[in-house]
Amino acid sequence: MSLLVLNDVGRRFGALQALSGISLSVEAGELRAIIGPNGAGKTTLFNLISGYFPPTDGSIVFGGEPITAGTPTALVKRGIIRTFQITEIFLSLTVRENLRVAVETAMGLNLRPWISAAVRTVVMNQVENLAEIVRITAKLDRVAGELSHGDQRVVEIGIVLAKSPKLLLLDEPTAGMGDEETHHMTDLIRRLNKDQGITMLFVEHDMAIVFGIADRITVLDNGRMLAEGNATEIAANPRVQAAYLGHAA
Amino acid sequence: MSTDLATETARTAPQARTGMSRRTIGNVVLGVVLLTVPLWLPLVGGYTDLASRVLIYALAAMGLNLLLGFTGGLSFGHAAYFGLGAYGVGLMLKYETHSLFLALGVGTLVGGLAATLLGPIAVRRRGIYFSMITIAIGQMFYFIAIRWNTLTGGYDGLSGFARPKFAGPGHLLSMGPTGMYYLVLAAFAIAALLLWIVLNAPLGHAFVAIRENHKRLTFLGVSTQRYIAISFAISGFIAALAGGLNALLDGFASPNLLNYSMSGDFLIIAVLGGMRNFYGPLAGAVIFVLVRDYVSSVTDNWMSVIGLVFVVSVIFFPMGVLGFFNRKSGS
Repeated sequence: MSLLVLNDVGRRFGALQALSGISLSVEAGELRAIIGPNGAGKTTLFNLISGYFPPTDGSIVFGGEPITAGTPTALVKRGIIRTFQITEIFLSLTVRENLRVAVETAMGLNLRPWISAAVRTVVMNQVENLAEIVRITAKLDRVAGELSHGDQRVVEIGIVLAKSPKLLLLDEPTAGMGDEETHHMTDLIRRLNKDQGITMLFVEHDMAIVFGIADRITVLDNGRMLAEGNATEIAANPRVQAAYLGHAA
Repeated sequence: MSTDLATETARTAPQARTGMSRRTIGNVVLGVVLLTVPLWLPLVGGYTDLASRVLIYALAAMGLNLLLGFTGGLSFGHAAYFGLGAYGVGLMLKYETHSLFLALGVGTLVGGLAATLLGPIAVRRRGIYFSMITIAIGQMFYFIAIRWNTLTGGYDGLSGFARPKFAGPGHLLSMGPTGMYYLVLAAFAIAALLLWIVLNAPLGHAFVAIRENHKRLTFLGVSTQRYIAISFAISGFIAALAGGLNALLDGFASPNLLNYSMSGDFLIIAVLGGMRNFYGPLAGAVIFVLVRDYVSSVTDNWMSVIGLVFVVSVIFFPMGVLGFFNRKSGS
């Protein structure tokens, strides 16, 4: 059974039809890239899946249950977690504090006005685990706002990992990164998918990354689905070539 | 990996140790200074009631600062909860009881419950709209106080109650300035300790995370409004306790205690001292009350001087007085 299914999903903003007729299904364990030119509707699609706003047409099913009208909070509880195009972390806190509040949220401790030393230890161990997974241990005591852009994105991934996501949505995870940072992030995405078995959807502009790591690729253009397939199929698709290279093909 | 861990420990451990001991020393010094105020304050030309006022304002501003500095909610209406605490204590002592603690308890409860019930309305909005709602709610209590003459004394304020004697071990202690000061200090210490515990627990971490980035927290599945409302309620209880103590100190409750200008005073105190700093409001209250006391003996225009001090400090020490010194000693 597919983990995520979109049936003929569309979204209008007043007169603007941002997305229409999107039908796709993502299998559990899949690493799926969403690509398309600017304005194709990639972020809108993420916003629909993560409950930022509801679709105006169609339905969304996650783990066999309808989530079309889900709020972000409700969808996070089901295991759909996202990152944003602009990194959203807690800038004036240390990396450790960033991860700590995420772990406490994941453990359902947020309302506790005090905790025992034992629970505190469990929290801090989990923070160390997360730091190991995303490989930021050496910078745990640095203030997040003083880190490089790439490291801040890594911190954000660490934060969302705390919630043990079933489906992770990454919006342009390597945007604005240098070569080394991009390599680190790509490696991280692949490890999370293969080692932790997390199903992922990511929006990406760098075709080398997309063709290098994605199991399948969905191409959007002008709010519609243009194509879907593996890297070879997409690279050979004349409609995709037309959308990216103009009408030469 | 074990080498990684070893170097990591070597790098952070000494820093953590000096940080810890510096904080402990700071708390001990502060404790000794505050406990001995009645002994040394007269020697430097002060009087004990002035120190009580400093601690009362510091307490109210610390409560406000849980919401302002640690949760990121700018309330312009905390005078309402301060004033409700004051009127609560005044009315209890005037009509109902001679028990100091019962009166103080009821006053704190009245102001705190008002914040608990009204906070959820204000937190439905963020930013400037949140602040506007807090002003509107606050002014509502001010106008009730000046119109409800028969109960509150209207514009003239509520008088006709006095500090009751304090039931000490085996006999009644009269509550002179010194006794009053230690009552205020005890309340301040308990509230500060509770705040410290909360801020170092997951609840406090959630507050700070909301201040930093409420969107991130929302997308971790936290309904942030609820947490801002909890912060609002706690800060309201502390402001009400401070207001109750203020009524005991003066034997009087003025409607001005409920007014938004009083809320502004608490904001000035928190920002002046350093709102990202736990003891910032205490530093702010020391400056605010001393400047007011000294300048108002020279000119009625003391508010202009406070305003000038505030503007200069915001321009030169945007993180407040304590924020400034912390950064200097930190780097």
